Amino acid sequence: MQFKLNVRRYDPEAENPAPYWRAYEVDVPENASVLDCLIHVREYVDGTLAVRCSCRSAICGSCMMRVNGQARLACITKAKDMQELDEVITVEPGGNMPVLKDLIVDMDVFWNKIRQVKPWLEPVQPVPEREYLVPNETILDLTVAMNCIMCGACVSDCTSLEVDKNFIGPAALAKAYRFVDDPRDEDRQERLEELSGDGGVYDCTHCFFCVEVCPKGVAPMERIVDIRERAQGAGVTNNAGARHAVAFEDIIRDSGILDEPMLLLRSIGMNPAEQVKNLPGGIRLLRAGKLPLASGPFHHKIPGHGNVKRLFEKVETSQ
Amino acid sequence: MKYAFFPGCVSRGACPELMQSLTAVADHIGMELELMETASCTGAGVISERNRKLADALNARNFALAEQTGLPLMNICSTCQGVMSGVNERLKAQPAYLAEINEMLADEGLSYSGKAEPRNFMWVLVEDFGLDNLRSMVKRPLGELNVAPFYGCYISRPTDVLGYQDFPERGRYLEMIIEACGATPVDYSGKKCCGFPIITMNRTNSLTMAGNHVGEAQEKGADFMVTPCPLCHLNLDAQQPDAARVVSTPLNLPILHLSQLIGMALGIDDKDLGLNRHVVSTNPVRERVHALPMA
Repeated sequence: MQFKLNVRRYDPEAENPAPYWRAYEVDVPENASVLDCLIHVREYVDGTLAVRCSCRSAICGSCMMRVNGQARLACITKAKDMQELDEVITVEPGGNMPVLKDLIVDMDVFWNKIRQVKPWLEPVQPVPEREYLVPNETILDLTVAMNCIMCGACVSDCTSLEVDKNFIGPAALAKAYRFVDDPRDEDRQERLEELSGDGGVYDCTHCFFCVEVCPKGVAPMERIVDIRERAQGAGVTNNAGARHAVAFEDIIRDSGILDEPMLLLRSIGMNPAEQVKNLPGGIRLLRAGKLPLASGPFHHKIPGHGNVKRLFEKVETSQ
Repeated sequence: MKYAFFPGCVSRGACPELMQSLTAVADHIGMELELMETASCTGAGVISERNRKLADALNARNFALAEQTGLPLMNICSTCQGVMSGVNERLKAQPAYLAEINEMLADEGLSYSGKAEPRNFMWVLVEDFGLDNLRSMVKRPLGELNVAPFYGCYISRPTDVLGYQDFPERGRYLEMIIEACGATPVDYSGKKCCGFPIITMNRTNSLTMAGNHVGEAQEKGADFMVTPCPLCHLNLDAQQPDAARVVSTPLNLPILHLSQLIGMALGIDDKDLGLNRHVVSTNPVRERVHALPMA
């Protein structure tokens, strides 16, 4: 079957290195993967094309790249499926990491972030004579995070990393969750405090790209929400993210509907610099007739808001 | 065509023009809305980080309230849609968990069967009302206008939770509606994040995201942007002057709610669409639209 590919190329050793696009047409079996197509190009059409791959079975994670604008493992992405979406299959290197050559990115950025979260157990003392005994139900929850094959798809398409390289990022935070919730780890509180700080879990913007592109169902954003929940549960609440969540919960408990001005005030807290930054926005909303004036004690509640409050109590009692 | 109408919080808070324009459009196209006054906030993906079960219970209660009306559930916010779809999937997959939550709802005389299918106005418009019907009602085709579609994350991903398998074109509905209104969709990165969820936590990152998207749309010739998400609207419109400073780019792009775009094409009066309640003035768009001939 014929497939048309448009591949983003880059050769750092060229006279004037700059990315460019090169079109290829390949004739391969109908069930060929995008990786099969690229290997065909490299073997029979253009030997200078640089592609990284190893297992070809979605285990090693080396062939992560953007196909039709989204991070995928090229080895399990059928060319036919991609051609159905777009007549020409677009192939680019993964995002948010420097390109070394053609479709190969420098994974140092990725690994440095993984190292940043101390991806090892700090054993609870005293260390038992033989192995730690861990109940199944405790560890089952972690198996999702353990499925990560470190392909970097989530990092490639993370919108927070796109604007801020300081963000720890989805892969490393999912890895961190794996240790936060491991009963054999002694550093839980310290980890939760660090992960709630600069570049941590509250810089995730809930864009769901990592959930969408992860080929192993790790759903890093959900693991980030897990860390936020564990951190707030452990009393790590002196930050804007936790203040926002606590205020949000309180407001809905009380009235069933959001009180936006109050949420903003409580999220910012007693931080004059942040208050000043937010003031012009408030004035603009007011002038446009958009700022709800019925805030705080005057905030309107939904009819029967007592039922919502009782539901909060029931859920909390059940836990 | 009648729906249990879940308005969410922001259409009754900082985006009153959304409620106003949606009501005007619904009246115009014969869509009856039964306002779910006693429904609560979905938790907007925030309450789940305090307590997932609580967020699930709040949404189960809202689904049960919709079921009591016997009507399909419609929301008008991408974030509400995403949260509702996510919770619904969890509840449907775990009957014992749903039964436990139903026990908590029993005092209020509520029970959720697990069969609700919450849908955003954008989906309802395409899937129930139909684009042919919309086209036939357009009184003022918005020819010559270039419109940048901005979806919002919660209605774009994860696609398996949002029913894209059964409705693969849900990722193109905004473009399809823009075309049905006679305008031209702008091709740019309109499915990325507006940055709103982190505006109080990392203002610079949040405004960089908003500024980049508005800047890209503007550069690609957009006359305005349209979104089905009031939270995106807040960051893209109300924060636009600050976002312009952060990305060091002059920005002046009006941001319209989906119902305002449709309302203009249907020939609904500007004052019924709340077009004056914007931070970035919509006057340039209104002037262009009023200069267009009626069909």
